Amino acid sequence: MHIVVCIKQVPDSAQIRVHPVTNTIMRQGVPTIINPYDLFSLETALRLRDKHGGEVTVLTMGPPSAEESLRKALTYGADRAVLLTDRFFAGSDTLATSFALSKAVEKIGASWGSPDIVFAGKQTIDGDTAQVGPGIARRLELNQLTYISKIVGVDLAARTMELERRAEGGTQVLRTALPALVTMLEGSADIRRGTFADALRAARAELVVWNAAAAGIADVTKCGLRGSPTVVKRVFAPTPRSEKAKAIDVQPKAKDTAEAFIAALFSAKAGLEGDLERLAAGI
Amino acid sequence: MADAPPPAAAGNRAAMKKELPEKFRSYKHVWVMVELERGEVHPVSWELLGEARKLADKLGVEVAGVVLGAPNAGTREATQQAFEFGADVVYLVENPILADYRNESFTRTLTELVNTYQPEILLLGATNLGRDLAGSVATTLLTGLTADCTELNVDADKSLAATRPTFGGSLLCTIYTLNFRPQMATIRPRVMAMPARQPGRVGRVVEHAVDLKEESLVTKVLSFLPDRSSQKSNLAFADVVVAGGLGLQSAENLQLVRALAGVLGGEWGCSRPCVQKGWAPADRQIGQTGKTIRPKLYIAAGISGAIQHRVGVEGADLIVAINTDKNAPILDFAHFAVATDAIRFLPALTEAFRARLSHHSRDRLVG
Repeated sequence: MHIVVCIKQVPDSAQIRVHPVTNTIMRQGVPTIINPYDLFSLETALRLRDKHGGEVTVLTMGPPSAEESLRKALTYGADRAVLLTDRFFAGSDTLATSFALSKAVEKIGASWGSPDIVFAGKQTIDGDTAQVGPGIARRLELNQLTYISKIVGVDLAARTMELERRAEGGTQVLRTALPALVTMLEGSADIRRGTFADALRAARAELVVWNAAAAGIADVTKCGLRGSPTVVKRVFAPTPRSEKAKAIDVQPKAKDTAEAFIAALFSAKAGLEGDLERLAAGI
Repeated sequence: MADAPPPAAAGNRAAMKKELPEKFRSYKHVWVMVELERGEVHPVSWELLGEARKLADKLGVEVAGVVLGAPNAGTREATQQAFEFGADVVYLVENPILADYRNESFTRTLTELVNTYQPEILLLGATNLGRDLAGSVATTLLTGLTADCTELNVDADKSLAATRPTFGGSLLCTIYTLNFRPQMATIRPRVMAMPARQPGRVGRVVEHAVDLKEESLVTKVLSFLPDRSSQKSNLAFADVVVAGGLGLQSAENLQLVRALAGVLGGEWGCSRPCVQKGWAPADRQIGQTGKTIRPKLYIAAGISGAIQHRVGVEGADLIVAINTDKNAPILDFAHFAVATDAIRFLPALTEAFRARLSHHSRDRLVG
């Protein structure tokens, strides 16, 4: 089977700093990682390939430096990596991103065989929209399965797949047909370490690099800023609260600090003590 | 928004100008997708109706709810409730195929309703259902969609101004869909306040029939496995929440947080890094990508308070931080702080609360 996994290189969010004057993200020196949610999809794809045979192609859209994340994906065992990079893609919102990625998936299909499953991350940690996966599904008319906790099984002969999907208050067990677009839930499959052989192969591998034209995108007005219906008009830092937290003195004995702490809370909020008593009593 | 372009880039953009094409000028009214699943409406739908009411009043238009479901599966009750929470109109589609949420059937139905009745704004909850549906409906309609908004407003030119945190919550950005309709947005549960219910309030029902046949749907629901009640966390709706962060240093120490929550009759949670480290399940995560909480008392132990956490807890009446770092960002939005090691302080605090509240609750089981 042929599986395409869409990944994104993102700044390691724990280390993002915002410029205090310009309110822009200071990206310099911030390490990048593969979006952590994508790794659950990548591992699921690798397991399916290991079981059913075939190939896993990883795809990303981004600046040339996104090569680093693609090589990382190869060290985990992906068979092929495609980088979609072009200045026409700059400033893409989710609609424009899903357009470009869907064209690249079509081109991947034409080059190495039509994918049976396209995976994407549930969401990214920088944009957090969860919209690109569904966008690709719609544009390629793939059956859309998001928030999947488990792929129960794939029947390649029958072209069907059974999955478990996280829904409100429970799990939906679904049967769908291939080809499908799947986003995996966190915790569904921890990424493997990758073998030494894969690491060697990844270091030497030649990545497939496509610009818009090479990916078969004739109409670049559907890409980047021009292809994005949303407009970011203002970017600003959250307003700090006017006063800082009131410090409660730390005393030598934790018990004394705790009692002073509780007294401070109860005097700050009338009614809190009564509320807590009722809650504690389970009323 | 996958990427918020920097403001300089955004300023250069032709699409910044509002030139609404003729075909969209008839689009009017504010819609809310009412999430009805297995007979129950997700409360976020009512929160959104409250918000839609405010937007519609500013625009001088109506509020409509969209109710999709199988006949006699709570659709009529949901319709009446939608009126009581502020809808003027309900678009009601009843069809056995809509009994369970499936992307294909719901996307087709909602897209058809939008194309037929033409709303200018369409709001959905940022739940699994809402996000799954919003993404595919927006792509089908080729319109803009802003995820996880924390504030909605109407500009002088009547455009929807949708503000959301970006880059993990380090910044906020205000996003517009100027030249496409409807303007779509998702909002997470508990971000907007629940509106007051007006019992007996009525409105207009527009019933719409869709031509959907089970044979034409590819994805089949084989079964539904409800969560065991013990697995459910009531975090979003709890009156007291105690949460732990990386400052607790290990998964085992989250037990200290659970113990205090137990004594207080509250719920426990954690910050995003704890979930990423596998210390706690994802449904315990508080913050922008986890749960938004609105408790009376929120105690954060060993949580530095990155903005993505802050946006999830700001609705709390009283926020207290236990953190050794006197420069932690949480001190910018907490009301009280104790600069001490949470691992040593939490057991003392648990004991002190237990003693203080004990005349009502002796020997309460914890954890």
